[in-house]
Amino acid sequence: MSDASPIISIRNVTKRFKGAPSPAVDDVSLDIMPGEFFVLLGPSGCGKTTLLRMIAGFEIPTEGQILIDGQDMALVPPNKRPVNMVFQSYAVFPHMTVAQNVGYGLKIARMPSDEIDTRVREALELVKLDGLAGRRPDQLSGGQRQRVALARSLIMRPKVLLLDEPLSALDAKLRAQMQFELADLQDEVGITFITVTHDQDEALSMAGRIAVMNKGDIAQLATPSDLYEFPANRFVADFVGSVNIFEGTLTLDEPDRAAVDCPGLGKVYLNHGVTGAHGSQVWIALRPEKLYLHVPGEGKAVREAARDAPEGHNFARGTIKGMSYLGDITLYEIRLESGAMIRVSRPNLSRRDQEDFTWDDRVSMHWRADSPVVLLS
Amino acid sequence: MEDWKRGRAMFATVAAAPLTWLTLFFIIPMAVVWLYSFGTNRGLTDIDISGTLVNYQRALEPLYLGIFAKSLVVAGITTVICLVVGFPVALAIVFSTDRWKPWLLLAIMLPFWTNLLIRTYALMAVLRTEGYANQSIGWLHDRFGSIMPLVGLPAPGAYEPMNLLYNNFAVILGLVYVHLPFMVLPLYAALDRLDRSLIEASLDLGAGHIRTLLAIVAPLAAPGIISGIIITFVPALGAYLTPDLLGGPDSQMIANVIERQFKRANDWPFGAALSFLLMYATFIAIAFQAVKAKQAERRG
Repeated sequence: MSDASPIISIRNVTKRFKGAPSPAVDDVSLDIMPGEFFVLLGPSGCGKTTLLRMIAGFEIPTEGQILIDGQDMALVPPNKRPVNMVFQSYAVFPHMTVAQNVGYGLKIARMPSDEIDTRVREALELVKLDGLAGRRPDQLSGGQRQRVALARSLIMRPKVLLLDEPLSALDAKLRAQMQFELADLQDEVGITFITVTHDQDEALSMAGRIAVMNKGDIAQLATPSDLYEFPANRFVADFVGSVNIFEGTLTLDEPDRAAVDCPGLGKVYLNHGVTGAHGSQVWIALRPEKLYLHVPGEGKAVREAARDAPEGHNFARGTIKGMSYLGDITLYEIRLESGAMIRVSRPNLSRRDQEDFTWDDRVSMHWRADSPVVLLS
Repeated sequence: MEDWKRGRAMFATVAAAPLTWLTLFFIIPMAVVWLYSFGTNRGLTDIDISGTLVNYQRALEPLYLGIFAKSLVVAGITTVICLVVGFPVALAIVFSTDRWKPWLLLAIMLPFWTNLLIRTYALMAVLRTEGYANQSIGWLHDRFGSIMPLVGLPAPGAYEPMNLLYNNFAVILGLVYVHLPFMVLPLYAALDRLDRSLIEASLDLGAGHIRTLLAIVAPLAAPGIISGIIITFVPALGAYLTPDLLGGPDSQMIANVIERQFKRANDWPFGAALSFLLMYATFIAIAFQAVKAKQAERRG
């Protein structure tokens, strides 16, 4: 697959809307390979939907080029593009039955009606809606309407399926289920999926690759785990997952170790080098689940408490100021000795784990030397 | 608000004034006219309500039925033209930017604020033999006439002004002009409610713009189309001033005939019978719409 040519190639695309102070999409270049499950992730207004609509043909790029399967789409209207879209509102035609909705595109393409019937049946089976062909959209649940929209697009056998916030209108349980189903479906049909979402869980669970967008620009393009564990900048670290960020100065930078002096957190040691200038301003990003909370020994001195931390770990102390019990984990807000706040999550591995700490407990915490991420921007 | 049956006193207070008004100035006069339609003239001002059906019998004579039929046809043609012209106008307003939308709607409603009589006379000034329409066409005719010999074509003769006024053409043009806003506004309301993503979905699935218009937009805007048709057709059917001023001897519509009974012919009973026949026709049209709306509702 590495030598395949991209199915979608976005080249220096900029979109400016009339009257808007800054471009919605700002000089974005992106290659999407055939068969990928690609996710555009970002907060509302970051330009992800505009980018998707430009691929579909509903918006025209102000500058730049969009190629689908090697062909420039500049002069191709939406109804002639080899892509199909599942709309956020699903846009199921309310005056048609499920079967008429699903068969609409093929009818437009003047396919013989018996062939349409066969394909509609197959498509409905694919999205597990067999038996509902004669229903009207107002007799369907939200989840079923979405399946109709999916079937209606997939029946066209597009080269690329575009999904605009496909799960945002579903309740939490159904959303979790559809995340798996969409991934399975993509695997089954082998069509390239491009999904737009603002929900990081959705992106992480479904995507092969994710482009995080911010203010019209791609902040980072990576696999889900790279995005989470190796964010490229503060925006990505903060947007994807929960994170503690501390400003600091790079005081030591050698190939196998580095240190950052953070006024909030103290001196943070790393067991790897950082490609930054000595003395430069950097940020330390530390995920809450990568911190281990300690039950402090009665009346132990700081020095002794530090010995509780395993060899090579970093160490800090503070007071619990907030707790939030979420069942599987408990979140703690801890005020460090510097006065800065840090968030720590702790899995409730046994049934009474959440009783180990309470408000105003003095605690110590430690973390591995490879857990913090050093961010240069 | 709670059920009005539980707050009878309050409901009665609120409803008393409008009910009295409607009874005094709408129901009673209508009832009087309705009774007249079963009466006979006795002397110049006396009407004897004898329960006769003679007036209705006369109203159903071929002469009047013909005028009825003609009024229906004229109103029908007017409605169709209004729909064909008004639909693209309504679409254009729906898809215009937010900055333009209120101004375009204002432009549609502006004629409402001008007296019908003045508008009709203005239209007469345009359509006269020496009016602006003929002058403009004549000017173009002369210009082209002077060019044609240069390119080797025979020069056309002098321009013969067309008869644009005092005929059925002028009546229909005038009726379309007057009733177009009645068509555009309900169409606009229906189209504005339409979810844009439905149109985009249709385009996305390969349909062209015309196909999308016919298969998606028109069926979903059907309630607006039907109410537009009704509120254009009903007043057009009863139009009086437009055929009176713009029409020729053969373009009188039923309202002109009714007016003549009440005034020149001084045959109120017969005029009343004609009026009520017109109203029955209107009721049928409205009932038809109600049935259609019910059907649409049941279909969901």
